[in-house]
Amino acid sequence: MTGPGPSPVPAGRGPARPLRSRAAAAATRHVNRLSRRLGRGHGTVIGGRAGLALDPRLVARLAAGRPVALVSGTNGKTTTTRLLAVAVASAGADVVTNDTGSNMPAGLAAALATGPRLGPVVLEVDEGYLPGQVETLRPTAVVLLNLSRDQLDRTNEVRMLAGRWRSTLAVAGLSTVVANADDPLVVWGAGRAPKVRWVAAGLNWRADAVGCPACEGRIRFDAQPATGSAAPGRWSGRWSCPCGFARPEPEVWLEDGIGGSTEVVGIDGRRHRVDLALPGRFNQANAAMAATAAQVLGADVDRALVAMAGVESVAGRFTVAPVAGVPTRLLLAKNPAGWSELLDLVSPGTGPVVVGINARVADGKDPSWLWDVAFEQLQDRPVVATGDRCLDLSVRLHYAEVAHQTVPDPVAAVLRAGRDRTGDRPVDYIGNYTAFHDLLGRVGR
Amino acid sequence: MTGARLRIAVVYPDLLGTYGDGGNGVVLARRAAWRGIEVELVQASSDRPLPVADLYTLGGGEDGPEVRAAESLVAEGTMARAVADGAVVLAVCAGFQIVGRSFPAADGRTCPGVGLLDVTTVKGPGPRAVGEVVAQPRPLPGTPPLPTLTGFENHGGVTRVGPGAAPLASVVRGVGNGGGDGTEGAWAGRVVGTYLHGPVLARNPALADLLLAWACSAPGRPPVALEPLDDAEPAALRRERLAAADRRPRAG
Repeated sequence: MTGPGPSPVPAGRGPARPLRSRAAAAATRHVNRLSRRLGRGHGTVIGGRAGLALDPRLVARLAAGRPVALVSGTNGKTTTTRLLAVAVASAGADVVTNDTGSNMPAGLAAALATGPRLGPVVLEVDEGYLPGQVETLRPTAVVLLNLSRDQLDRTNEVRMLAGRWRSTLAVAGLSTVVANADDPLVVWGAGRAPKVRWVAAGLNWRADAVGCPACEGRIRFDAQPATGSAAPGRWSGRWSCPCGFARPEPEVWLEDGIGGSTEVVGIDGRRHRVDLALPGRFNQANAAMAATAAQVLGADVDRALVAMAGVESVAGRFTVAPVAGVPTRLLLAKNPAGWSELLDLVSPGTGPVVVGINARVADGKDPSWLWDVAFEQLQDRPVVATGDRCLDLSVRLHYAEVAHQTVPDPVAAVLRAGRDRTGDRPVDYIGNYTAFHDLLGRVGR
Repeated sequence: MTGARLRIAVVYPDLLGTYGDGGNGVVLARRAAWRGIEVELVQASSDRPLPVADLYTLGGGEDGPEVRAAESLVAEGTMARAVADGAVVLAVCAGFQIVGRSFPAADGRTCPGVGLLDVTTVKGPGPRAVGEVVAQPRPLPGTPPLPTLTGFENHGGVTRVGPGAAPLASVVRGVGNGGGDGTEGAWAGRVVGTYLHGPVLARNPALADLLLAWACSAPGRPPVALEPLDDAEPAALRRERLAAADRRPRAG
């Protein structure tokens, strides 16, 4: 990710690291190499754990003196982190980033121990770990995307999380917070931060946002402008609670431009076209957040957007790849908000869709959330249900009156769906977390 | 039924929609419609007056919204009046606690419930009960015995069933009401409470049909007989979930 030209951000050498940190960083790298050689996963988390055991302050020490951006939220973290990393790299900097989606302290330690020792750091951070990492890393920019329900049996109450963000960011004096003005919980979380750049990044899923975090009253949303409406305009509307808590005036927003294009307005006083290889309006919103944060880190917005346009897939997501010879587009949805985005993305089509559902620890062990998802959108499509919990999905589809096949093995499911392909459109495979990674691990085999 | 069509109200999905329990309304509405029963499914949001309905479903929610839902239901009284007139209620998790006599708020204070079921909930001493549940229904007078119940629980409350209600089932796997008596859920008249998510009616179609039969019959009369449906998908899920729970340790 190196390129010509000066770095926009001072890549100052941090304070000399104590011997313990150097040993811990070395241990992280060695354990990761060993893990990869043994073929056990990506080999990031295990090495990070070893490093943190030797030096609990490893993450802070490895990032000391460097410009740091943290990206958090329920959905879009990995994609936005990737977009921000390429945006910052577009100005010639060597960027450290955790591009495998390992977003807890061990993953952060592993990324820092194995990446370049100087230059900017762009990290995706789990929502629950964000306050601690903000205190530890003193980031230049914190990007807050959205907050909604995820993994029900982890009792992760999103309102409580927003409250923890709020108290931490109130005293995070050095940081500029780039926050989604359309999500009331994010606005609450960023509400006391001294420096905020509000971006109208949209909110597809509102079920977790109607309860006011300020007074427990009820938030009302103005009607959202329709997709692709004839009159070019802003994508999202206002919201407010009778108690006075309301959407802040965004300084950055997206508009429909000429000829079906999309433009981002307000980052630097100019309009910029957003042309992405990645599909969907939600990714254009992620790009607006990333471009705003990149500018905070000193990047040029046009160069940043050009660099983002070249991103075709993120940690396997949105990739089109052969699965047992069947061209397949791989999509990941982890929770109702993510499903809502992806069903909107695939529903204009007519081709076959494979839906993969697991309920392992990383997914949350209760798949009841399937009933929060409008699978009715898949009526009249050839649908195959797969994954460990394909029978839960099959019952959901049954009651949604979606005719479907049930094939537990994901590769066999794609093969089955491949029979219904017409033309050269790939099969769409949407999996939740481990169901997505199961299939990704079998691509091309 | 109060009118020509069966009205099913999902109560306050904006407050009690955290655990996918809105699916119970979908299951009931589809199973009625597939039998040719004219049905209306209402998402009864908390910012509007609760409609009169033949069948109410309540789901799980976070602590704050649970208190607000109870306050609103107690204050407006529509559901209690409808139940007095024969309406059917399925109340799950936080909803189960709300239809009881009282339950604890997050700060420990005791909140009054709607009082449709003689159950009282207190904060449990241990960690939250989270996991698969298998429970054997106890006989309900005047109805054929229900098959084994399967579901997923996730709650911190302990619920005691008073003399005015009866336990719904005996726990085989999992925790259930958690008071040490091995019971799960409660029922009285046409009100059923349970801790089971899944949603419970997706996994237990016989319970869905019992609630529908009650809702289609005048109070005090034996429930109407509903024609059977092709339940291949729910049956496959039940087999798999019961077998999966069988591989886990038994309730203590």
